Amino acid sequence: MKKTRNQKAWFMVLPVLILVAFSAIIPLMTVVNYSVQDTFGNNNFFWVGLEWFEEILASERVHDALGRQVTFTAIILAIEVPLGIFIALHMPKKSGFWSSLCLVLLALPLLIPWNVVGTIWQIFGRIDIGLLGYTLDKIGINYNYTQNALDAWITIIIMDVWHWTSLVVLLSYAGLRSIPDSYYQAAKIDQASGWAVFRHIELPKMKGVLLIAILLRFMDSFMIYTEPFVVTGGGPGNATTFLSIDLVKMAIGQFDLGPAAAFSLIYFLVILLVSWAFYTVMMSMDKENDI
Amino acid sequence: MSLELKNISLAVEGHPHIYQTNLKLEKATMNVLLGPTLSGKTTLMRIMAGLEKPSSGQIIWNGEDITNRRLQDRDVAMVYQQFINYPTLSVYENIASPLRVMNKNKHEIEISVKNAAELLKIGSYLDRKPTELSGGQQQRCALARALVKGAGLVLLDEPLANLDYKLREELREEIPKIFERSGAIFVYATTEPEEALLLGGNTAALFEGRIRQFGKTSQAYRNPKDIITADVFSNPPMNFLKFSKIYENITFEGGVSLTKIDHLSNLPDGDYVAGFRPNHLDLTRKRADQIKFSVRINVTEITGSETFIHIDYTGKKWIGLVQGVHNLEPAAEISVYLDPAHIYIFLEDGNLEISASYATKVK
Amino acid sequence: MAKITLSNLAHSYLNNPNHDDDYALKTLNHEWTDGTAYALLGPSGCGKTTLLNLISGLLTPSKGKILFDGNDVTELKTAARNIAQVFQFPVIYDTMTVRENLSFPLKNRGMKKDYIEKRVIEVADAISLSNILDKKANGLTADIKQKISLGRGLVREDVSAILFDEPLTVIDPHMKWQLRTQIKEIHKNLGHTMIYVTHDQTEALTFADKVIVMFEGEVLQIASAAELFERPEHTFVGYFIGSPGMNILPVTIEEGNAVLGGHNIMLNAKYKKLNGKIELGIRPEFVTLTNDPFALPVTIDRVEDVGHYKIARARFQNHQINIILNECDEIKSATTHVIFDKKKINIYQDDWRVKP
Repeated sequence: MKKTRNQKAWFMVLPVLILVAFSAIIPLMTVVNYSVQDTFGNNNFFWVGLEWFEEILASERVHDALGRQVTFTAIILAIEVPLGIFIALHMPKKSGFWSSLCLVLLALPLLIPWNVVGTIWQIFGRIDIGLLGYTLDKIGINYNYTQNALDAWITIIIMDVWHWTSLVVLLSYAGLRSIPDSYYQAAKIDQASGWAVFRHIELPKMKGVLLIAILLRFMDSFMIYTEPFVVTGGGPGNATTFLSIDLVKMAIGQFDLGPAAAFSLIYFLVILLVSWAFYTVMMSMDKENDI
Repeated sequence: MSLELKNISLAVEGHPHIYQTNLKLEKATMNVLLGPTLSGKTTLMRIMAGLEKPSSGQIIWNGEDITNRRLQDRDVAMVYQQFINYPTLSVYENIASPLRVMNKNKHEIEISVKNAAELLKIGSYLDRKPTELSGGQQQRCALARALVKGAGLVLLDEPLANLDYKLREELREEIPKIFERSGAIFVYATTEPEEALLLGGNTAALFEGRIRQFGKTSQAYRNPKDIITADVFSNPPMNFLKFSKIYENITFEGGVSLTKIDHLSNLPDGDYVAGFRPNHLDLTRKRADQIKFSVRINVTEITGSETFIHIDYTGKKWIGLVQGVHNLEPAAEISVYLDPAHIYIFLEDGNLEISASYATKVK
Repeated sequence: MAKITLSNLAHSYLNNPNHDDDYALKTLNHEWTDGTAYALLGPSGCGKTTLLNLISGLLTPSKGKILFDGNDVTELKTAARNIAQVFQFPVIYDTMTVRENLSFPLKNRGMKKDYIEKRVIEVADAISLSNILDKKANGLTADIKQKISLGRGLVREDVSAILFDEPLTVIDPHMKWQLRTQIKEIHKNLGHTMIYVTHDQTEALTFADKVIVMFEGEVLQIASAAELFERPEHTFVGYFIGSPGMNILPVTIEEGNAVLGGHNIMLNAKYKKLNGKIELGIRPEFVTLTNDPFALPVTIDRVEDVGHYKIARARFQNHQINIILNECDEIKSATTHVIFDKKKINIYQDDWRVKP
């Protein structure tokens, strides 16, 4: 569908532009400002050029956090996307009581505030009072997310999978529902196997929404802060200190405003770059479908 | 009241969708946009409605330039191929909705809604929801809503395409009557020549973003300006064959040759393309001067009253439409006859050179 | 290829149908012969799609049986019935090439590679797809996509029947001609049993050897195009077939003549005394204008130019009578007379045709 062109529309978006300017652009400029200056207190700032950027890019601490972040995001995507598709494929195909029930149950985790999710799992996994931690401890499995790095990782990954797989399920389900019945009928007549139906009908038709799901999950997990912060606080040691947790430590814990500002700009650019790449891929696929 | 498109063109991202177009529609006329899918019918309508701004040119409404006027401020109503109604409102409220926007009083609304509903034969369904109606009734509801608005320009974009054949036939018969009462400029897009002919009025034949011809429908049907219009305006498609003329001798591709056809005597010597409609082929010789072609049968299709014969003439595929039931075996060799008065003669660039001589006799 | 027998077949979408009206398809007994092309014709909601789905196995009938070549397939699933189907909107596998699309049903059935290759080329030749076999199916036009869907049915040599569910809906008028004749040629050459569902009379009549006219879940007539045109068994068939449909006029039968609003109309045969709603049916093609002052006087309201013919909308008292005229005919005066071709008149009692 082609869109209507009418220049007056720009006036309509003016209030939003002003709002965005105050809420995003001006704070961003402040960050840019900090990232190229240094201070020894008393509000005396002086120009340091790209020194902070060089420092951050060379910093081993940031490299480690980035490594953990990439690993975490990769694991999350590798679990949530296939699992989400799998669940969506096994949901009831016809609308009715059962499909509504499934949708409501699936939507529940998405509705819980992030810090509450963190708190739930923080308590759930405790060996003194948490159901999970206590049970595991009692049946003889040595589990303690506050001391064992692997346990902490497992806890956070399970928590994220519990929290966010539903999003992938809902999007994939919407994609599946848009496939006309005749495709399934034709496949039956052609005696296509279940795998062939998935590979040649369901997956191609889900491609669009699936890319959106992956993009959303990538952005969200790459910026994850609240849940691991509430559960582990980035520990034990630095085991679960992801980029955003590290950034907050740097900015507020150590009050290194300059490096933290440079850090956040680099962080921002990385996310922007990956999202842009995704967007381009999605658009080119859309075009292919149009022809 | 009049609508004029002056040098309108539209290009999207460098791709031309509508080439430079001039069109003037007069008050109280039915205007059909006829062309295959993607010929630009819908785009042209969207430009008329103000849903699309042309890349160049002006839209003049009653002498006033409205090119930049908002859709809401234009005097337009539109009906689409899909049945678009407000699903939560009753049929009455659906039809009344444009009047409510205009702040008409209750009494006025009631009268207009009831009149429109009677005209479209949905008077007894006013309390129902659109989803409780059949497809034909839903489209009647959408038509009533467009009419009740009293707009000066009513755009109908293939409104019958999603309806059953018989319902289409009914509404096709009714739409011209409804239109006659309204006095508005009607613009009606369709892919089907029969529909254009039944609606009457004027027809613009569109092909690949260009209006090839605009004129009285029956006139354009019988006197197409070029090969493309002739073909767009023929269903089944027109049959073509090449011929060359030297002195009095005419030699058709495939070897049939003639001397002397009266109304072609002034045709300069050269190469041409002859075109004729399927219904003008005969299976028996009806007049002495008919041209005989030996052809091979591919398939015959019988409708009960007529027979479509798909034939092969020296590798060219033709269709003939003859009265009555004829069971002809595939691959049979037969003769078909054509009256020279039914032949259109086109130049090799596609422009019409001489119209079929019978056309002037049809009233 | 197979003979299809419908024995006491009926279907309702309700769980406990007890009323006749509860049935989307009313009891039907019929034998469809092998290699014949059938069309199911009727307005939307007439039960034609229900019947198609029963044959394809997407629905299990509430009552009765379906037999293919004498074998009961009523309880068999779609895949086990050996049918092929072409849907309203083209169904193709986007990710595959045309060749892969065509070989897919054979591959799934575990056929040998060189057989598949040979068979696909044969079928592609028959439906003229040979030159685009290695193209991606995704970017092709609707009519070619429909051909691919058809081809996927044709590659299977053992296919019992090919079902078409309004396959020309999304095709441009000019392409419709080509595709329809190609399907017809394939039928002539390969002789499959074909069942074609449509609401379009031209498609049904031109495609099928036998047309099954349906209305409100009931089969009204099964006949060839010519029979449906000349001798519609029900007034609905008369109305539905033909464009415009048959003129249906209320009459009484008196002394071998039909009387319409006080005017005598000659009949070709003697009818015995009839009770109930009596109507006379005459096709617009068989009504002619005349100067004879003793013929039926009519007023012409409007003449429509349909290109290769004209339709005159005439009125006698308040009965509308449509007349089909030749392209070159002219109407000189609005008040004139018409005669009905008496050999072509049918008489109906309570909507069903009575034999003289």
